[in-house]
Amino acid sequence: MGEDGIFDEMWGSDAQLRDPYRGFHTWFDQEDPARLRAKQREAEELFRLTGITFNVYGKAEAEERLIPFDIIPRIISGPEWSRLSRGIEQRVRAINAFLHDIYHKQEIVKAGRLPEEMVRRNAAFLPHMIGVEPPGGVYTHIVGIDLVRTGPGEFFVLEDNARTPSGVSYMLENRETMLRMFPELFSQNRVRPVQTYPFDLRRSLAACAPGCAEGDPVVAVLTPGIYNSAYFEHAFLADQMGVELVEGHDLRVVHGRVAMRTTRGYKPIDVLYRRVDDDFLDPLNFNPESALGVPGIMDVYRAGGITIANAPGTGIADDKAIYSYMPEIVEFYTGERPLLENVQTWRCSEPDALAHVLDNLADLVVKEVHGSGGYGMLIGPTATRKDLAAFRRKLKARPGNYIAQPTLSLSTVPIFSRAGLAPRHVDLRPYVLVSPERINVTPGGLTRVALKKGSLVVNSSQGGGTKDTWVLED
Amino acid sequence: MLGKTANGLFWMSRYLERAENTARLIETGQRIALTRLGDDAREWASILQTAGSYPAFMASHDTLSKETAINWMLRDRDNSASIRSAIDAARQNARLVRTAITGEVWEAINATYMTANEIFARKVSERDLPGVLQRIRQGTALVRGMILGTMMRNEIYDFLRIGTFLERADYTARIVDVKYYVLLPSISAVGSTLDNVHWESILRAVSARGGFRMQYGAGGGPGEIVDFLVLDRRMPRSLAFCVGKIEDNLRYLDSDARTPSRRMVSALKAQYFSHDVAGIFDYGLHEFIQDLLDGLGGLAAQIERDFRFYE
Repeated sequence: MGEDGIFDEMWGSDAQLRDPYRGFHTWFDQEDPARLRAKQREAEELFRLTGITFNVYGKAEAEERLIPFDIIPRIISGPEWSRLSRGIEQRVRAINAFLHDIYHKQEIVKAGRLPEEMVRRNAAFLPHMIGVEPPGGVYTHIVGIDLVRTGPGEFFVLEDNARTPSGVSYMLENRETMLRMFPELFSQNRVRPVQTYPFDLRRSLAACAPGCAEGDPVVAVLTPGIYNSAYFEHAFLADQMGVELVEGHDLRVVHGRVAMRTTRGYKPIDVLYRRVDDDFLDPLNFNPESALGVPGIMDVYRAGGITIANAPGTGIADDKAIYSYMPEIVEFYTGERPLLENVQTWRCSEPDALAHVLDNLADLVVKEVHGSGGYGMLIGPTATRKDLAAFRRKLKARPGNYIAQPTLSLSTVPIFSRAGLAPRHVDLRPYVLVSPERINVTPGGLTRVALKKGSLVVNSSQGGGTKDTWVLED
Repeated sequence: MLGKTANGLFWMSRYLERAENTARLIETGQRIALTRLGDDAREWASILQTAGSYPAFMASHDTLSKETAINWMLRDRDNSASIRSAIDAARQNARLVRTAITGEVWEAINATYMTANEIFARKVSERDLPGVLQRIRQGTALVRGMILGTMMRNEIYDFLRIGTFLERADYTARIVDVKYYVLLPSISAVGSTLDNVHWESILRAVSARGGFRMQYGAGGGPGEIVDFLVLDRRMPRSLAFCVGKIEDNLRYLDSDARTPSRRMVSALKAQYFSHDVAGIFDYGLHEFIQDLLDGLGGLAAQIERDFRFYE
């Protein structure tokens, strides 16, 4: 059963089993809990053996850890999903139009719908991208839209990940694991497949190849290396797509192209799916200390010699102050009302909003505008007095660095705990592929779950786990 | 294929081979110790010399005993040739080339690594030693089996094989070299019990006892052992066999013979494996092995350059 006043996706708010979970629940009821516990352990063994691990930052030993996997799936009905995916597609379309606009004519600023300083003084705005035409006109080839739910029909976008959304390998491996452990579930329930993602990704990236590409475009994944926290995912995606996994020192600019050092000499790359941040991409153009990037790649890019996915400078769309303008952005570029709602957001740069935030700090969630991964945020209701006082000082010193939102009653989905089913808060990150021809939303996405009772923090770096996410056929 | 990937494959298989050879060496040492025919410390010193880590061992230990030597070779992370270090390094390289190897090969390496991690978390007692070495060798054998059974016979496979055979040739050469005085005909002509034990231990250290007996029956002395370990083309750990395999795989990689390494391996083969064993003794066994080791080192360095491992 759910917590009081909180919407549980299996049990609703009134302990009535919800429709999407009917098939699953019938199966679950007939299962022996001891067998399920054994299966849960088996799943962990499987993850460890296949090496689906992440490296933890800030630990003395570069330790590899498993993200805990919970065997109870999160289930979304067909109609729920089609509504969501339309909203996601609309939002992603708007984000691409927005990025093109702010690096070109800045119509949205001229129209007075977005203050100029939000762009000009934004640390994530990349002047190098002004006037650049990315191949195919695509800025965000891969997007992750983080959604939360508070009721049967109430979904909100919590943040946009237009820079380098991670976690898709867990979406795929979670499904593989469920298929291997409980094949019968998938013959009893009609679950929409996600396994074509790597193939779709390669096709989508290839469709964005620059004009100079000949034949089947050469795609490669750029990783910071084996010590990066997401190295497993980088290797996984390269492997699944059947493309090379490269590091900065494998690449160099040869005859105006970015080329990789192969055993038979340098070979040009058409599309680089980079999992390296903008700042480290090119020591000649950005951070000169970077050993992860490729000297001169930005010059090749500006000359149309390579596609960089996602395009440099897309991080501005992840900015949480920009986020607060997203409803205006969607309307401005699509001419439609946004199908997906934003969470109410106070921009602390505005004096009235700051005053409100300071007065109600204990009820709010405060985030850094450029933060991610659950770091550097304050959750008012669970914060100590000391935390609150510290954030009060930070807010007064640099109000423009923060936004605040109400503490949402995130929905719960049961996990399989020692005591049986127990509700835990979840979010959802669907993955979106963008090419000139189409926007492809993978059905479902990654469900992250806060394993600690009552906790709202789902980040894997802070003790979150994951679940398989099902979208049922209509 | 990326040069970096070729490098990772080469080292992944070298380290796997190294882990297995170190396990063999420990078995050999333990066996000699149990027969109590030799001088314990001297035997372990020669074992460490074969492993190439005698100076490093002496720099970090006050005394050389069976316990300290075994622990050093099994699980000391300061020893880059210890089984534990070699398996760590093999897995690290496998992670680096994850996209080039099959899921089965990766899982076999990862499982071997997990087993080693568990075994080597604490000191291994003498009683558990045979079982531990057995599990390690089963692990590396599983990886090899997966490579043979699931990998495409393309350049990825060639670099794996070249790594394996360079490491193996290196090891066999060092076994012969460290024990060369036992194998010199002038000294060992008598064939005392002590010599027999030494000869047997050499054969054991390259898993060749059975093969040798099959070949030579009850006979066979030092000359035959040298012949078997250096020149025999059917013995899978002999120098001629290993160099032949390296030549084969370089030929697959570079069918037009454009690389210097391809010419180099053919020259090595012509220079060292066109004589009989008497010729080797004439040349001087020690000198022969030393020169060949230099040649193999040069070949490895040339392969790195030819296939752009680093730049």
